[in-house]
Amino acid sequence: MLRVDNIEVAYGKIQALWGVSFEVRDGEIVALVGANGAGKTTTLKTVSALLRPSAGAILLDEQRLDCCTPVKVVEFGVIQVPEGRKLFPHMTLRENLLLGGYTRAARAERSKRLEHVFEIFPALRERQGQIAGTLSGGEQQMAAIGRGLMAGPRILMLDEPSLGLAPIMVEEMFRVVREINQRGVTILLVEQNTENALELAHRGYVLESGRVVLEGTGKELLANEKVREAYLGL
Amino acid sequence: MTAAMETLIQSLVNGVLTGSLYAMIGVGLTVIFGVMRIINLAHGEMVMLGMFSAYWSYTLWKIDSFLSAIVWVPLFFLAGMLAYRYLVRAIMPGGELNTLLYTAGMSLLIANVALFAWTGDYRTLNLPYAVEPLHPFGIAVPVPLAIAFGLAALITAALYVFLARTDTGRAVRATSQNPEAAALMGINVERIAMITFGLGTALAAAAGVLLVPSLYLYPTVGEILVVKCFVIVVLGGLGSIPGAIAGGILLGVIESFGAVYVSVAYKDTIGFIMFLLVLLFRPQGLFGAARS
Repeated sequence: MLRVDNIEVAYGKIQALWGVSFEVRDGEIVALVGANGAGKTTTLKTVSALLRPSAGAILLDEQRLDCCTPVKVVEFGVIQVPEGRKLFPHMTLRENLLLGGYTRAARAERSKRLEHVFEIFPALRERQGQIAGTLSGGEQQMAAIGRGLMAGPRILMLDEPSLGLAPIMVEEMFRVVREINQRGVTILLVEQNTENALELAHRGYVLESGRVVLEGTGKELLANEKVREAYLGL
Repeated sequence: MTAAMETLIQSLVNGVLTGSLYAMIGVGLTVIFGVMRIINLAHGEMVMLGMFSAYWSYTLWKIDSFLSAIVWVPLFFLAGMLAYRYLVRAIMPGGELNTLLYTAGMSLLIANVALFAWTGDYRTLNLPYAVEPLHPFGIAVPVPLAIAFGLAALITAALYVFLARTDTGRAVRATSQNPEAAALMGINVERIAMITFGLGTALAAAAGVLLVPSLYLYPTVGEILVVKCFVIVVLGGLGSIPGAIAGGILLGVIESFGAVYVSVAYKDTIGFIMFLLVLLFRPQGLFGAARS
């Protein structure tokens, strides 16, 4: 469904990605793991067209995404839940969710999807009127994912959803990601929490200094000597 | 009612009425800053152009200056959008200092072209129905200021509803709170910036149209207005709309009390002393919470 083909991305003179390629198939959970600064967030930003690759291509089925605007990418159903949630802090939770369904096509489905989000995150229902900046970290992450779902994503890209959450919330987060996937949403998961991410994912890619150094099924990568040593500390 | 009491209420009323127009100008500056991080030093000139537009409508075509708002406000909205698209956008990547200098230059240019075209004469607009003030509860209320207050309240309320209830309004607020996240929602941030610049310009021009029967009119009137604008947004906390409304009304009241109890000559000075005190002791504004 989504194919990233040999993209190179630079911030000014500093190159961050060196020929990164990976693929996400329909219905999968794919994990992109690696240390801080490996290029995971850069990769997602490039897919969302916030950054432009200097070489390579990004394809959604047959559609090129790498020459689109961020708005077009959203309209094609490629939705990113950014690192650090990035909710609109002075707006209510409900307004944040409504903004998730901002595009013309999504507006018609808004009330239906709102129900759907509250089904997945029952705790958010009573919090609708609360200012987003005052929600707890876990609630904010739920809200950010809910906001992503409001767009009706074909593929949902989650950037570090477990970052900064209490251990019990981390577990809940990974459970929710699986549930969303089982409801039919394809997922690209970027995580530093390598172990949990690879356990959950069908397939994974390991990024190191802007290059894909390993790929395989989640199980294969978890068993890989190098992964165990470098990322799991075993 | 004692005379002292009457003076107090009279100056309070005058202050609130004038303050409502200050508030409108301040709201215009603050929405532009919120979305684009541009401190628009040409904002005062937009007020000036609004004043002249209404003035000429009345003197040349005998159109009531308040009525002319129906034409001028949408025109200035459009002009603001075009100005953003063709004059401001290219300079945006240069950062805040560049846009500040750039709008300062625009302000000088507009004021001087206006001086050239209309000379530096002081003008006043005397509406036929504005001779006798109203006397509700024994307080004198100038008619044009009362009408201006009513329209300013109406326009500000309409803006509030737009921002709070419509999709585009929510997109404006979202963009001001986090432009990158807004883009990830599928919001066309460029389009929102253009609309916002149009809105801010229209608010300034509308305030000009409403102010013209109550204020002396001359091409460099924008200079003092833009400085007052800074007082307002600093009082209210830069980027906050309720803050700008409160700041505008507060400044109106402070000036009015200053004129009555200190001296008319020191009216503006007192406002600026307040400004310095707020900057020194409460830089986040009187009402604004510290921004993260």
